Amino acid sequence: MLLLILKRLGNAVIVLLAVALLAFTIFKFLGDPVQLMLNPQATQEERDMLTERLGLNDPVPLQFAKFVFNAVQGEFGMSYRNQLPVMQVIAERFPATLELVLVSTIAALLIGLPLGVFAAIKGGTVLARIAHLVSMIGVSVPAFVIGIVLILVFSIELKVLPAFGRGEVVDLGYWTTGFLTASGRAALVMPAISLALFQISFIMRLVTSEMLEVLRIDFIRFARARGLKARAIYFRHALRNCLMPVVTITGMLFGDLIAFTLVTEIVFQWPGMGFLFVQSVQYVDIPVMAAYLMIVCCIFILINLIVDLIYVVVDPRVDQLVRGGSNGR
Amino acid sequence: MMALAELDTGRTAAAPAPLLSVRELSIDFVTRRGSVRALDRVSFEMAPGEVLGLVGESGAGKSLSGNAIIGLIDPPGRISGGEIHLEGQRIDNLAPAEMRRLRGRSLAAIFQDPLTSLDPLMRIGEQLTETILTHLPMSRREARGRALELLKAVGIPAPELRIEHYPHQFSGGMRQRVVIALALSAAPKLIIADEPTTALDVSIQAQIITLLKQMCREQGTAILLVTHDMGVIAETADRVAVMYAGRLIEVGPVEEVLRAPRHVYTAGLIGSIPSLTQRRERLVQIDGAMPRPGAVPSGCPFAPRCPKRIDKCSERPELMAFGNSQAACWRAGEEHFYA
Repeated sequence: MLLLILKRLGNAVIVLLAVALLAFTIFKFLGDPVQLMLNPQATQEERDMLTERLGLNDPVPLQFAKFVFNAVQGEFGMSYRNQLPVMQVIAERFPATLELVLVSTIAALLIGLPLGVFAAIKGGTVLARIAHLVSMIGVSVPAFVIGIVLILVFSIELKVLPAFGRGEVVDLGYWTTGFLTASGRAALVMPAISLALFQISFIMRLVTSEMLEVLRIDFIRFARARGLKARAIYFRHALRNCLMPVVTITGMLFGDLIAFTLVTEIVFQWPGMGFLFVQSVQYVDIPVMAAYLMIVCCIFILINLIVDLIYVVVDPRVDQLVRGGSNGR
Repeated sequence: MMALAELDTGRTAAAPAPLLSVRELSIDFVTRRGSVRALDRVSFEMAPGEVLGLVGESGAGKSLSGNAIIGLIDPPGRISGGEIHLEGQRIDNLAPAEMRRLRGRSLAAIFQDPLTSLDPLMRIGEQLTETILTHLPMSRREARGRALELLKAVGIPAPELRIEHYPHQFSGGMRQRVVIALALSAAPKLIIADEPTTALDVSIQAQIITLLKQMCREQGTAILLVTHDMGVIAETADRVAVMYAGRLIEVGPVEEVLRAPRHVYTAGLIGSIPSLTQRRERLVQIDGAMPRPGAVPSGCPFAPRCPKRIDKCSERPELMAFGNSQAACWRAGEEHFYA
């Protein structure tokens, strides 16, 4: 287990360095910071001074080393747009996105898993077909359509849920949460639904196809021959054996949503990471974009690590594989 | 050898109430293009504690018979006629939940591949206790005790340690021992062993068969041994039933059938076994191939391949008694083909 973590962290460092190089390249070649920071009437002398002060005359590898050194300390410079430290800007937005994605992913698992099992074991019945059809709609209708429809129905017609924003949030120091206020929770409902609908459908379809695969394996037949109850066969044996791909996909969806919930966040004016990213692109706010790239990368690495650890917990054979052990006792 | 045979036939003649009775069992596979008969009016009985070998080529219907008895026929197959009785109770028309309660408790099954018969994600101890707890009124602790006993009984070394292990930590032979322990965990009356050693190393096959037989003798469990291996049957079974193209064509005490097969096909099957004690120039070979289901001749199914075919073979022969055996062959009453 520990070995696995160390191996993964070793890989992570390499990946992070590669991404850092990419982020640095954006910094270096996308626009001239000197030009952006000084007014157009500045003299050549002033320009040279600033260039020297920013360390832009140093050799490129040294600049990169400095960039990495600062990044490790969470220092990405100032946002061009609002003249705040980049990390502060991102830290303000991150809780909003994480809470939204967390809620929608948990909902997706709670609903998608049982539905998937149901569709697999009741295959061919009318209800299973309906579930299948609905899931098809769920994966094919884009989130913004769902979001707009939700706003139309629940905010404009029924006036029961807020159409935008996070509602009231409670500041817990490093974290602002919407979970603790009624308006915060109400604001969460519709964005979470419009995100979760795709996830529910996706997870359900994945579970169904995996279940159908696993149910054909001999140990299910042997479990039947042993007279185990249907519930034990389906949930204790079959479902557990399809969890690996579900874990992988859920992890990927989770990371993807944290990084790129752009559309849903814009539809609901949700003050999260995706919204921030769109704003930064509009303003060519390069320090924010570079930092964003690095942070998203870290999140993905972290999620992958967690997924790997879940593998070890779910499947005893993985641990052995990692150790490279033989098929011994 | 003779004494043994007499002992066997003596017991059969005493005819205790049958444990299992399969009567005129037919199974059809219903597809879009119509229905195909895969098992055609098969009848046989098993006495308590008896080992019955069910032998035949692949596709003869032997596994299908086993699956039908334990109520696990895969669609599109379905029982289209006949009855199955276990301990006097009709079981082929039970509700799924009732059949489920019988499985593992009254009758169990072992399948061919021990590598895939166990849930890879669950410790074998858990798999044993879940089976025991499903069928026997025990506490968790008692069930674990029984699991340990079972593992010891099937010859797993250091059961206290091994009970915590996962299937992938066992070798093929050891896994099949675990499978046997699982199948016998609620002391069933009948176990259907479908090619239990085919996937195993030859050196281990005999061990597993011996173990299975010994365990069953101790518990008084009858074995329906499904195999294509006449050698295994000769060593293990009390009686043998030969299947061909979905029909039962000969059944009788092993000694008798091996010594004096009545059906031409059985004779051919026995003639195709290499022998260490007899020198033969060539093994006997049966020409042609078994007809596919749906293309079985209306008369004797073996007739097209039969070297002793007569005109009468276009009529279907039913099982007819000869001594302690029964055979479905028009020429079964004539001199032995093979002696």
